Amino acid sequence: MYQHTRLNSNRFSFFQKFKNLDYLLLFCILLLGFISLTTMYSTDGGQILFHTKSHFIKLVTFTVMMLMISLINIRFWFLVGYLFYLSIIALLLWTYFFGIKSSGSQRWMDLYFINLQPSELMKICIIICLAKYFHRMKIENVNSVYTILTSLIIILLPMGLVIVQPDLGTALLIAISGLAVLWFAGINHKYFIYTILGFLISLPFIISFLKPYQKLRVLTFLNPDRDPLGAGYQIIQSKIAVGSGGIFGKGFLKGTQSYLEFLPEKHTDFIFTLFSEEFGFIGSTFLLIIYAIIIYRIVSIGAGSRSYFAKLFCYSFAAAIFVYITINMSMVLGLLPIVGSPLPIMSYGGSSMLATMIGFGVVLSAKVHNQQSIA
Amino acid sequence: MINQSDNVVKLNSINRRMFIIGAAKIIILGGIVSRLFFLQVKENKKYLTLSDKNRIREWKLPPIRGDFQDYFGNTIAGNYEAYQLHIVPEEVEDFRYTINRVKDILELSDKQFQKILKKKKEKKPWETLIVADNLSWKNFSKINNHLYDLNGVKPIISISRNYPFKENYTHVLGYVSQANENDIISNKVIKDKFVQGLKVGKTGLEKSFETSLIGDNSIERYEVNAYGRRINQLAFQTGEKGKTIKLTIDTEIQKLANELLIDKAGSICVMDIFTGQIIAMHSSPSFDPNSFVFGISQDEWQLIRNDPMKPLVNKTLQGNYSPGSTIKPIVALSALENGIINTNFTVNCRGHENPLELYGQTYHCWKKEGHGFMNLRNAMKQSCDTYFYEVARKLGVDKLSETAKKFGLGKEVFGNLFSIEKKGLIPNTQWKKNALGQSWLLGETIITGIGQGYIQTTPIQLCLMTAQIGNGGFKIYPKLVIDNENKDEPVDKFIPLYKNSKNIKIIQDAMYASTNEPRGTSYRSRIDDLKYQFAGKTGTAQVKKITELDRELDLKTFEIPYEERDHALYVAFGPYKNPKYALSILVEHGGNGSTTAAPMAQKLFKLIIDRDSLRKSNEKNFLEI
Repeated sequence: MYQHTRLNSNRFSFFQKFKNLDYLLLFCILLLGFISLTTMYSTDGGQILFHTKSHFIKLVTFTVMMLMISLINIRFWFLVGYLFYLSIIALLLWTYFFGIKSSGSQRWMDLYFINLQPSELMKICIIICLAKYFHRMKIENVNSVYTILTSLIIILLPMGLVIVQPDLGTALLIAISGLAVLWFAGINHKYFIYTILGFLISLPFIISFLKPYQKLRVLTFLNPDRDPLGAGYQIIQSKIAVGSGGIFGKGFLKGTQSYLEFLPEKHTDFIFTLFSEEFGFIGSTFLLIIYAIIIYRIVSIGAGSRSYFAKLFCYSFAAAIFVYITINMSMVLGLLPIVGSPLPIMSYGGSSMLATMIGFGVVLSAKVHNQQSIA
Repeated sequence: MINQSDNVVKLNSINRRMFIIGAAKIIILGGIVSRLFFLQVKENKKYLTLSDKNRIREWKLPPIRGDFQDYFGNTIAGNYEAYQLHIVPEEVEDFRYTINRVKDILELSDKQFQKILKKKKEKKPWETLIVADNLSWKNFSKINNHLYDLNGVKPIISISRNYPFKENYTHVLGYVSQANENDIISNKVIKDKFVQGLKVGKTGLEKSFETSLIGDNSIERYEVNAYGRRINQLAFQTGEKGKTIKLTIDTEIQKLANELLIDKAGSICVMDIFTGQIIAMHSSPSFDPNSFVFGISQDEWQLIRNDPMKPLVNKTLQGNYSPGSTIKPIVALSALENGIINTNFTVNCRGHENPLELYGQTYHCWKKEGHGFMNLRNAMKQSCDTYFYEVARKLGVDKLSETAKKFGLGKEVFGNLFSIEKKGLIPNTQWKKNALGQSWLLGETIITGIGQGYIQTTPIQLCLMTAQIGNGGFKIYPKLVIDNENKDEPVDKFIPLYKNSKNIKIIQDAMYASTNEPRGTSYRSRIDDLKYQFAGKTGTAQVKKITELDRELDLKTFEIPYEERDHALYVAFGPYKNPKYALSILVEHGGNGSTTAAPMAQKLFKLIIDRDSLRKSNEKNFLEI
């Protein structure tokens, strides 16, 4: 059977593989890329400046890379799953010792042409790794203590390395990505419920261990008007920008909040704010629909995949992407405290886009090779 | 096979869980959309306002202050164009070079230069720095000639306060100067309209009418960025100039008052005895209020502040003086009204050899030789002290104070108009008990009868008192400002202040005698021409108690040190046949009422009556309006 499928897959011609691509998903990703590019152009004040150029180059490079990945057999990712995970762990360790320090945290490694943020890659890598781990697991073993402990270690190890950077936001997103896989793999509901309960109970203790600036963020979230020019500034200005956009928005390049520099971090975490200000409720909903279609397509590709690994990956990746979007939007709309979490594809930032594009690539590959059963 | 069934279980599990997550996703997505809806559609107005508040900033410009005009419509406090030099440091390429060039061109002293640099440090680079606020035309044109070399320097013509009659109106109008924290706290209108460089009234009518005068700010609306930097101008809204306030004062008479009192300390006020309009009101010495507009220099300020003649004190309103003999008409009137004496009541004044003696105290008449037998008319005419000692003794201080208060003594003439105005003091037995805790002594009544002792009046009160005697004994309310609206005249205006109008006539006649009959105290200052003829009463207020030694020496005024010389007073109304105006004159340490003050009245009446027809025709003018 193993032999058979391998032969089968090798018989796919290049042309056939292209034909098998999910074009709706691809179209949505490209449309999203285009939107992000115009938004970036707007953050540069209607000029093609550094951010726009850089974003464009990354977008093109990573899209090409995504297409290349989609042509690689999904089995490849299954085979290199653990290796991929270990190499990212190694990169995280490298970052811990030799990384670039910037604004109080050490998250990047200097690759000369790009500053790579390994923790972003870990968000996708952990899904691949855990999907592989659970792929061949017998259903009765899934809830064994050994399995749970192993998978927890797989999640906690990179989390710990990211927390010490320190970057609580990304660490949480890595954990969520990992937990998504555990959920789909069939870990008993009660463990999740216990974890959530345990988390809620220990919340006061966790808060006491938070760094002062993180505590401030929580307090600010609870009451942004507490310090409107200090910690609450971002969230207040962000809400003003979104709210003042109205139904139809202020118009492309006419977002006064961003143009007049009231918006903080408008290239990265708060990019949705600018978009929302200029394109209003209609535009924001349109953007959400594009994201929804992307997620829907990823889920249906998962549903259509023969292999459990591909299914597990697609479902978990869809869930993770959804969580990233939700957290980012809730944050800029004042529903959650500010945690550093980029909006996939839209936000400026190479590593985040690289990770997302790898994820899309694997998903597309799952579609192309949906008859592949791996093992 | 086991593997197969295992897979089925696994697939069932994953699909079931996917379904749960899918449902959760839809709910959460719905939540985000509804949040977007809430912010962008429902609360849109609120956030749009906040966004505009962020982005639009208004700059208020100083409002243009309303003018003051005299009775004939001449501007006595107006605005002129001041030449100023502004620099926005950010717009200057090389600030050091430019400011040094400016320093050379304007020939600024090092001290001034350091002040400018200090001011610059306190401001943001895009804020306007005022290098010079009142340049001479010569310097202004010099700067304009060098503009090619002075990038970013802006010569500006700005509006500023100007007092064309300089020291003539200082004590009436007061002056304006830079608004300080106190002004802002105490006046809400100033707080609302405050801008850097706003000038507000500090004293006088400029202060009293601040809210009408101040005008509305012009407003520039700019779009700004998060750092407060102006991006572009959105609108300009022109403010309205403050109200013009018209005074009752005649500048010509005001100027004469100033000339008469030059180099003297004192006060002159002139009043229309029917309308209560103030024709002139001057306190001397005065100072030029224009020096305060751009901040007075320390040297000049010290000079004004330390002047022994106290130019900063408005003597007309703030000066509490013993009225001296100018109170005698009221003493006599009170005695007549209360039936204590009649016109035939006679007292023998026997000179310094035989003074009035009471409980061991002696009370001298001013005339060493004595006046002999005096009736009321003669006593007023020659200002016999002994006569009034006796009248006061018989009258009692309480009845006297009642009459005095009726005629406007002992309370502010202008009500709340001037915060600095003093009430003076009309004592009675109750007052002394309350204020000093002692009972009234008869001796105090006696000296009150000649306007000495506790009794204190301001020159404006004496003027009002004389006016009300002059108009036949009717109550009037003095006013400085003409308001066309004629709003609520006090109900008791023109009520008679007498019990018997004959008594007023007697007093008027006695004052006539004092000025126009031989041996009258101001006989030498009389005008025989009926058109100008006036009736008055001199007064000489002792500054210190006269000792026996003084009496023996009997020095001439110029032989006594300045601070110990008597105050000279004079009150009068005229023309006698048809009274229209009243005045009061006070010269601090002027010596003697009849020699110092009364001659001034002669000059004043000449001008006042000459200008009367002009005034009346002008009055018709604004009635027609």
